[in-house]
Amino acid sequence: MSEFLQQLLNGLSLGAIYALIALGYTMVYGVLRFINFAHSDVFMVGAFLGYYLGKFIPENTVGGGLLILLGAMLGCAVLGMTIERLAYRPLRGAATLNVLITAIGVSLLLEYSGQVFFGATPRTFPAVFPSANFTLGGLVISSNQVVVIVVTALLMVGLQFIVYRTKIGTAMRAVSLNPKAAQLVGVNNDIVISFTFGLGSALAGAGGILYALNYPSIDPLMGVMPGLKAFVAAVLGGIGNIPGAALGGLLLGTVETFVNGSQWSTYKDAIAFAILIIILLFRPAGLLGKASVEKV
Amino acid sequence: MPIRPPFSLRRFVLGTGVLAASFALGLPSGRAAPEPIRIGEFASLTGKEATFGQTVHKGTVLAIEEANAAGGALGRPLELLTEDDQSKPGESATVVKKLISRDKVVAILGELTSGRTLEAAPIAQAAKIPLVSPGATAVEVTAKGNYIFRVCFIDEFQGTVMAQFALDTLKVRRVAILSSVSSPQSVGLAKFFRERVTQGGGTIALEQKYGDGDKDFRAQLTAIKAAGVDALFVPGYYTEAALISKQARELGLTMPLLGIDGWESSQLIALAGAAVEGAYLSTHYSAENRAPGVLAFNERFRARWGEDSNALSALAYDAALVLIDALKRAGTTDGPKLRDALAATKDFAGATGRISFDAQRNPTKSAVVLTVKNGRFAFVQDVHP
Repeated sequence: MSEFLQQLLNGLSLGAIYALIALGYTMVYGVLRFINFAHSDVFMVGAFLGYYLGKFIPENTVGGGLLILLGAMLGCAVLGMTIERLAYRPLRGAATLNVLITAIGVSLLLEYSGQVFFGATPRTFPAVFPSANFTLGGLVISSNQVVVIVVTALLMVGLQFIVYRTKIGTAMRAVSLNPKAAQLVGVNNDIVISFTFGLGSALAGAGGILYALNYPSIDPLMGVMPGLKAFVAAVLGGIGNIPGAALGGLLLGTVETFVNGSQWSTYKDAIAFAILIIILLFRPAGLLGKASVEKV
Repeated sequence: MPIRPPFSLRRFVLGTGVLAASFALGLPSGRAAPEPIRIGEFASLTGKEATFGQTVHKGTVLAIEEANAAGGALGRPLELLTEDDQSKPGESATVVKKLISRDKVVAILGELTSGRTLEAAPIAQAAKIPLVSPGATAVEVTAKGNYIFRVCFIDEFQGTVMAQFALDTLKVRRVAILSSVSSPQSVGLAKFFRERVTQGGGTIALEQKYGDGDKDFRAQLTAIKAAGVDALFVPGYYTEAALISKQARELGLTMPLLGIDGWESSQLIALAGAAVEGAYLSTHYSAENRAPGVLAFNERFRARWGEDSNALSALAYDAALVLIDALKRAGTTDGPKLRDALAATKDFAGATGRISFDAQRNPTKSAVVLTVKNGRFAFVQDVHP
């Protein structure tokens, strides 16, 4: 029983990070209807920002840790908005495929300039938050896992608040529903899209820090696998749907962990992706997605 | 801050300085300088196992420099051409092809890891260019062909050493294994360790797997914790080994961790910190070993690089020396003749011990067991085959 609970906890903390990254994919998709493949590399840049900020900010303090988290989120938001301004905005109105290919290009650019600027050697991520382990019955809870779950939960609540309770959130939903009509009623689409990228990238930056906190070896290609998993999580939950991305992330993280702890651990990715295929066969729009009819 | 690897990745040309030196030594002037003998090296200078490649490279460079200072081989200086395989699968085959077909090297030194040596071996074999690996311990490496040699012990022996150490020295009976499915060395070692522990009356309570590049091992470790074992054997490389050690301690696993030669990197300690304290690992060589050959080599290494040698640099040094020795005995750079001379190597005194090749082109050598003590690797004992 305690092994089951331990695996559940391991799975939730891994899934929480997938969920954070998945939110960025889903938000951009919701507004622009394309997959921002550079998102997983913004996640990597977030971890490296944390690494370099950690050199100036005292380690092992809650305040310093939060400062690094905020710094990385801010840096990633700026990066996300810059990418949107330079790479995607000139292609606004072009076919989705063109933007998609550009996104892959931006992703490769970030990965390989990362290797030039940061070096390809893995770095040790500093212990930015003070860490301790608690024992609860037979259950070992590391403070880093708690930090991951709590920060993710707070960010999701915050996101939900921004999207449904603020003016800019209403504008985001309007653009998502119908960009032309939104423009007609006075929404500045460029600002809304830029904001969406900033918000999604900030979440990726937070994800990068939280991931590096748990797995403290960072390198310029570290975003590839988590990015792919998060993308799957977003599709699994119903792409474009915020609670769906969260659900998909948690589900994927938990399944992966349980498979990993069994004797089929070699097949963990195969099983995770097989689940995606099965769910999409029965619910093509994802778990929480609404099937929509393509308007012609 | 841009951080660049400390080497020029394309080429590491040592020939130039030596050429100047040979003129100074009074070679007949007016005659063209002898064409240098080109030796290729491929190593993971960047990427996941970057410390491996960089350490190995230092050993190779030292050997080539010493040989050149003593007049080179066959009256010609030696030129080392180094290629970086970026620790990536697929890259080794590409760079070795380049070394052979474009740079026309007469022999290849490398790689430290079994996986990347296995990639390069068929290419060297097909071109009839001898390849000497400093550290590829997987059994099947030299089975790739009669041009493939190595100067390290093989995994069958390493697995036995760790199993014996666990049973006899640590007196443990129930052991778990966490091995990598993507590394041929890890798979082989897990097998030999399992066989030896079972023969010796111990039990392998649980065997878990991971893939290279994985970062989350909590699931496997939780299952290992539930199995209740006295020791955990992790045949893998340092990046994963460090994360495994760290996550194991976080989950409250307190049993001793047993590692292999792939653990021996300063990065292991940098990444895992206190979590690897008290772990044991088997390797080829220890600078703390008081044998006279080791002391002399370590002193020269220190003088050249300002740091202590370790198993990897010592093996690379030996691989280069064995090759240079064979070049001299062969009297030619011709592939088949050089191969025969290499195969005839007998009782060659290297930094890691005496090297004679058996019919499978493997040396018979002793191993050492190290432990991590106060953040550094400390010598525990010698193990002879």
